[in-house]
Amino acid sequence: MTSTRQSPKKGLPLRLLAVILVSTALDAAVSFQVSRWAYGWLPVPASTAAPYVDNLFSLEVGIGCFVFVGCVGFIIWSLLFSRAEKYDESDGLPIEGNTKLEVTWTVIPFVIVMALAFYSIHVNEKLASLGPKQKYDVALNQSPDAVATLDARRDIGPIEVIARQWSWEFVYPDGVRSSELHLPLNQRANFLLISEDVLHSFYIPAFRLKQDIIPGSVISYSITPTREGRFRLRDAMFSGAYFSKNQTDVIVESEEAYDSWLTKTAKRPLVQGLSPGTSLYEKRLKDGDRGWATVPPAPPPMVNDPGNPEAPHDA
Amino acid sequence: MTTTKYDPRVLKAPHPVPGAPDNWKRFFSFNTDAKVIGIQYIGLALFFLLVGGLLAMVMRGELITPPADLVDPSVYNGLYTMHGTVMLFLFLFPVLNGFNNLLIPTMIGAPDMAFPKLNAAAFWLVPVFAFVLLSSFFVPGGPASSGWWSYPPVSIQNPLGHLINGEFLWILAVAISGVSSIMGAINFVTTIIRMRAPGMGFFKMPVFVWTAWAAQTLQLIGLPALTGGAIMLLFDLSFGTSFFRPEGGGDPVLYQHFFWFYSHPAVYVMVLPVFGIFSELITVYSRKPLFGYKFVALASFIITFLGLIVWVHHMFYTGTPQWMRNLVMITTMLIAVPTGVKVFAWLGTLWGAKIRLTTPMLFVLGGLVNFIFGGITGVMLGTVPIDIHVGNTYFVVAHFHYIIFNTIGFGIFAGIYHWFPKFTGRMYYEGLGKIHFTLTFIGATLNWLPLHWAGLYGMPRRVASYDPEFALWNVIASIGAFMLGVASIPFILNIVSSWARGAKAPANPWRAIGLEWLLPSPPPAENFEDDIPTVISEPYGYGLGKPLVEDEEFYVRRSMEA
Ligand code: HEM
Ligand SMILES: [Cu+2]
Repeated sequence: MTSTRQSPKKGLPLRLLAVILVSTALDAAVSFQVSRWAYGWLPVPASTAAPYVDNLFSLEVGIGCFVFVGCVGFIIWSLLFSRAEKYDESDGLPIEGNTKLEVTWTVIPFVIVMALAFYSIHVNEKLASLGPKQKYDVALNQSPDAVATLDARRDIGPIEVIARQWSWEFVYPDGVRSSELHLPLNQRANFLLISEDVLHSFYIPAFRLKQDIIPGSVISYSITPTREGRFRLRDAMFSGAYFSKNQTDVIVESEEAYDSWLTKTAKRPLVQGLSPGTSLYEKRLKDGDRGWATVPPAPPPMVNDPGNPEAPHDA
Repeated sequence: MTTTKYDPRVLKAPHPVPGAPDNWKRFFSFNTDAKVIGIQYIGLALFFLLVGGLLAMVMRGELITPPADLVDPSVYNGLYTMHGTVMLFLFLFPVLNGFNNLLIPTMIGAPDMAFPKLNAAAFWLVPVFAFVLLSSFFVPGGPASSGWWSYPPVSIQNPLGHLINGEFLWILAVAISGVSSIMGAINFVTTIIRMRAPGMGFFKMPVFVWTAWAAQTLQLIGLPALTGGAIMLLFDLSFGTSFFRPEGGGDPVLYQHFFWFYSHPAVYVMVLPVFGIFSELITVYSRKPLFGYKFVALASFIITFLGLIVWVHHMFYTGTPQWMRNLVMITTMLIAVPTGVKVFAWLGTLWGAKIRLTTPMLFVLGGLVNFIFGGITGVMLGTVPIDIHVGNTYFVVAHFHYIIFNTIGFGIFAGIYHWFPKFTGRMYYEGLGKIHFTLTFIGATLNWLPLHWAGLYGMPRRVASYDPEFALWNVIASIGAFMLGVASIPFILNIVSSWARGAKAPANPWRAIGLEWLLPSPPPAENFEDDIPTVISEPYGYGLGKPLVEDEEFYVRRSMEA
């Protein structure tokens, strides 16, 4: 339509090409920077699994940022240069399609997402070797001990992780019971995830670990902590009235500190463990039991170490 | 020229119902005119958007400070459950069925739906369902409070032991809604396949019709699974069976398969028609043919197919074996391809366009930007290692609100403004519309953008209280939420006052191309009645100088004189 006014040209006009090149370069630079920042959006990495997850996340943020800035940049460009003037009632260029272009932009996303998928499968396999997971059906009469033997490479454990509405209880192989999870640094810890009532989820953001706990099954899961500190363990699967309070801490410490904690705690008598739901429920009853129906919390677990819910956590 | 095998005149339904009122009262009657039903659906849905929004305001009020101090946690759980349920089943599905009713017959030149009475019955089930659902606020024990997905065993705990309880009513309501949706889906699919105007081959249908067709096909395939799961849940809850109850040897994870087999595709049921709305509106306000029309049309069905085989991505951390996680990750990521094709086609349409920034176009572009964002976070959630970290955190809440409100919601607003003149016969006020858009865009961004970071940092969803490190993000989100509440004021003002005394709308105020714009505003009861035009061109022929139908001037003149 416009060809009568312009001199015949081959391919893209030079100015357009320059604009495309410069903006692509800018977009790439911005996306690269954002992908660096992405590491800072996550809690400190505190397990051997975390760096793999973080690298994958940073890569995805980089690609995502590139696509987003590219598309939005194009929209803004169009708004700046392709607006209809007031009183201009004419139509835009009637281009209906361009098979080459359409094939290209089908192939490019295909290649990108498949590359991401295969890279993620690779990361998955890595994570599985760092912390294998096995689900066992209790109905099949497989004892939890059988599950535990599955991770032959564990350094400590199996530690039973018992989730209830609404408390966490940790039982160590020598019988020590605790409301907080103590782990020695750089040792592969194996857990048996057990629920006594409903679905819960074992979620330690600093470890990048989340695994639902399924009543009727026992799940064996391993992970190796790599940073000392006090980290949050949160129930991530909605479990009823006091779900949001179903949190405790994971304390990663040196091997000596861990060993001395174990021996000291073994000698301590059983006391009521941490159970935030219990106190909230008692308060509710005292205030006249207002609100909508709820299951009463399970009695607080009896533990050797009730933990310290007031201590500040790192992540 | 004629490619349709069926002559729509033969399939014409008896119309209107004898004795049906012809004034505003028709919107409160058992009327079988699809256009009346469409407005009934949209009106009712907007009312429930307000209800769901009010519930959300209480939730965001609770979340503005870390401790649970505004309402009891048990109440919060009921609120978020009802908020999710109301928004999905009483706002989104009905509002989209409203668009289907208004647009499918008029866009394909049919006088009405294939089964007008079934259509009206499907609509009237919505208030029934709403009544059942909302009455649960008044039963002892309060409404259902195990989330809109109602996972057992929490959902079958029934602490008071009554037979009639919130959860029972919830399941009943969802089942009624399923019946209504199936009735609608049968009707829409039949109408599209059998009642197109002469000459309207599949590749002459507007993209909205394609997307509605693909979406309603999903309803037909997926809903039986949800209904089956819901019935088993009801038996577990009320009659002591153990399909999902672990103490009796049941498997709670089985429920999740039933649930997500439908509820993953359900997001496409909601988003596909919005892709249709985007496609329609971008061409009109760019004054350009839709770039790659056939690709865009076909991509809808590719999405339908892929949508059916990815539900396990909601269950990556429930104990799913590795091989299945890897497989589902690939199929999930594949959906990005047909979706990307659509996005690029819209961008291609903007190239060399004559863009007009009316309110509908603003909502489309805003929605498009948000959709690109939400799509990218969706790919992240599709990769197993990332999902294991952010799944069931606020990252997911942020992601799905970017899709469900910032994309689908924006598309719905765009559609309402765009077709308002056609179906009410009145023009809306552009100024109020732009205020509505601005407040909505800023509010929605403040509301959900920061929550991505809260989730990345480990804040679980569905919590009535949280650790203090998440406070800043939540304060910003609550401010955004209240802004969204304020944004509804110019919208309501606009709709009510324009409908009452806005300027009379011409037949085609936007110079849009499509059969519905060849009808007077508002269209008469049976649309084209006996003068159904013969379609001769593909849709969206801007700048091509080809008429859409035979004898186009006749229809244009008639629509303007009416
Ligand atoms: C189109 C409008 C909306 C739809 C369709 C919608 C839908 C949903 C759904 C399905 C849930 C999930 C509930 C669950 O986790 O089980 C949810 C949760 C939530 N929505 Fe919305 N919503 C909409 C608008 C809003 C608005 C306007 C706000 C705030 C003002 C809001 C705030 C929330 C909050 C705080 C949650 C709780 C998240 C959680 O469960 O952890 N929503 N919404
Ligand atoms: Cu899904």
